[in-house]
Amino acid sequence: MSTLAVRRGAANWAPALIVAVAVVGLWEGIVKGAHIQRFLLPAPDAIWSAFRSNQSALWHEGWFTFQEALGGFALGCGIAILFALVVARWNLLGNALMPYAIAANAIPIIAFAPITNAWFDPLNKTSKMVIAAVLCFFPVFVNTVRGLKSVKPQQLELMRSYAVGELTVFRLVRIPTALPFVFTALRVASVLAMIGAIVGEYYGGSLESLGANINQDASLFQFEKAWAEIVIACIFGIGFYLAVALAERFATRWQPRVEAPGA
Amino acid sequence: MSVVEISGVTKEFKGGTVALQEIDLEIEQGEFVSLIGPSGCGKSTLLRIIGDLVEPTKGAAVVNGKPARQARRDHDYGIVFQDAVLYDWRTVAKNVALPLELAGWDRERRSKRVEEMLDLVELRGFGDHHPWQLSGGMQQRVAIARALSFDPPLLLMDEPFGALDEMTRERLNGELLGIWEASRSTVVFVTHSIAEAVFLSTRVVVMSPRPGRISKMIPVDLPQPRTTATREEPRFFELATEVREALHLGGHVELKV
Repeated sequence: MSTLAVRRGAANWAPALIVAVAVVGLWEGIVKGAHIQRFLLPAPDAIWSAFRSNQSALWHEGWFTFQEALGGFALGCGIAILFALVVARWNLLGNALMPYAIAANAIPIIAFAPITNAWFDPLNKTSKMVIAAVLCFFPVFVNTVRGLKSVKPQQLELMRSYAVGELTVFRLVRIPTALPFVFTALRVASVLAMIGAIVGEYYGGSLESLGANINQDASLFQFEKAWAEIVIACIFGIGFYLAVALAERFATRWQPRVEAPGA
Repeated sequence: MSVVEISGVTKEFKGGTVALQEIDLEIEQGEFVSLIGPSGCGKSTLLRIIGDLVEPTKGAAVVNGKPARQARRDHDYGIVFQDAVLYDWRTVAKNVALPLELAGWDRERRSKRVEEMLDLVELRGFGDHHPWQLSGGMQQRVAIARALSFDPPLLLMDEPFGALDEMTRERLNGELLGIWEASRSTVVFVTHSIAEAVFLSTRVVVMSPRPGRISKMIPVDLPQPRTTATREEPRFFELATEVREALHLGGHVELKV
C-alpha cells in the first residue's frame, strides 16, 4: 500500500474511531456520574477488568460458540445454495416451492431453539449447529434464487445463439450474476449463525459455550463477566462478518467499487 | 449462393399480434442488407428468426443451405444487440474469447485471435480492462469483435448503434464497413435510421407494421468503399428520399385500411 492509500485509509476510519472513543467515554462518565447500579449497566472499565481476569476462559468460550456458528453457517448456506440451483434450473419445482420458502422466511425460527435441544443432545455442538443452519437457510435460499433469475434476457439470447447447454449457461452466466446476491445473503447469514448458536445455548448448552455462560453469570449477578462475554461474542461476530465480506471482495473483484469505510 | 432464404414466414405472438406476415427474403453471400421500419414492424423478430432465437409460426428460414436451427448449432452466425451484452465479470479479452472458448479453441490460439480482433475494432491495449471501464461506443466495438471472432459467414446486428450519439454512430458506421470489407461476411442489419441504412447497405429492405411486411426493396448503388464524402453525394440523398417515401407509403397503406 502506498503512503497515500494509508493516509486515505486513516482519513476514512478516523471519524468512526472518534465516535467509538466518545461513546465509551460518555458511557463511563454517565455510569460513574449518575451512580447507575452495576446490574443495570456496568462501567466500561469494570467490564474491561472482568475481561482481563477471565481472558483465557472467555476466548475459549468464544471459540467454542464460533465453531457451532461456523458449522451451522456452512450447513445452512450449503444446502440453501444447492436448493436454489435446483429450483432455478427446474421452474416447475420453483413454482411449487417458492411460496412456502417465502412464507417460511417470515417465521421467527429462533423460537424453535429449545426444540432442537430436545431433538439433539444439548451438550453436543450439533444441536446449536442445526438451529444456526435453519436460521441461515432462508435468506440465502431466497436471495440465491433471485440472483440466478436476474439474468438479462439478451444475455440468455446470446448464449442461445452459441447453442450451449443449460449447464454452461449456469456456469458462465447465471452463477456469476447471482454472486453479489449470494454474498449479500451470506453476510446476513454470518450474523444470524452467531445469534442462532448463542440463543440455542441459552436453552441449555455446554458450560464451555458463550450462551450458557452469559445466562449463568447474569443469574449469578456477575454482570461484568456477562458483559465481557457479550464483548467476545461481538468480536467473533464482527470477525465472521468481515471474513465473509473479504471473501466477497475476492469473489467479485471484477465489480466497480466505491471507496467508503466498511463498504 | 444465398446465405439466407426466408420463405412464407409468419409470426404470430401469443394474444394474436401478427408480427410478421408471409415474408419472403433472399440474401446473397457478401451482401449488406438493412431491415428498416417503424417500431412494431417485426424487423427485430425477423432477425431473430434468421438466428433461430424465435420460431416462426409458419414458413421457414434457411441459413447457409440448412435449417436455421442447424445453422445456429453450427455457429454459422455472430450476433450483436443494441446493448453490448458484455459479461461484467470478464475482461474485454475474455469477452471476445468467449465464443472461442465454447468452440474449444486452445488458449494460445484464442489469445492470438483476440489480439487480431481487438486490432480490427481499434481497441488494442484494452484487453485487460473490464467492460464498465469503457464508453458505450467502445463496448459495442467489443461486442462486434466477439461476434466476428469465430469468423462466422453471417453477422446479425439488431440496432447495434441505436443507443449511441450521432458522432460515435457515424464513426462506427465507417469502421463497420471496413470490417465488413475485410471479413467478406454477409450482414443483416436492423435499424430505424434512414441515413445509417443507406450509408451501410448494398440493399435496404423497407418494412411496414401491423402486420409486419416487406413494402419495398431498394438496391443501394453507391460506390464502394464508402467514406464521409459518400454522405454528401446527391445519390445518397436520392436514395435516402426513396427510403423515406417508402416508409411513409407503408404508413399510408395502413391509414387507408
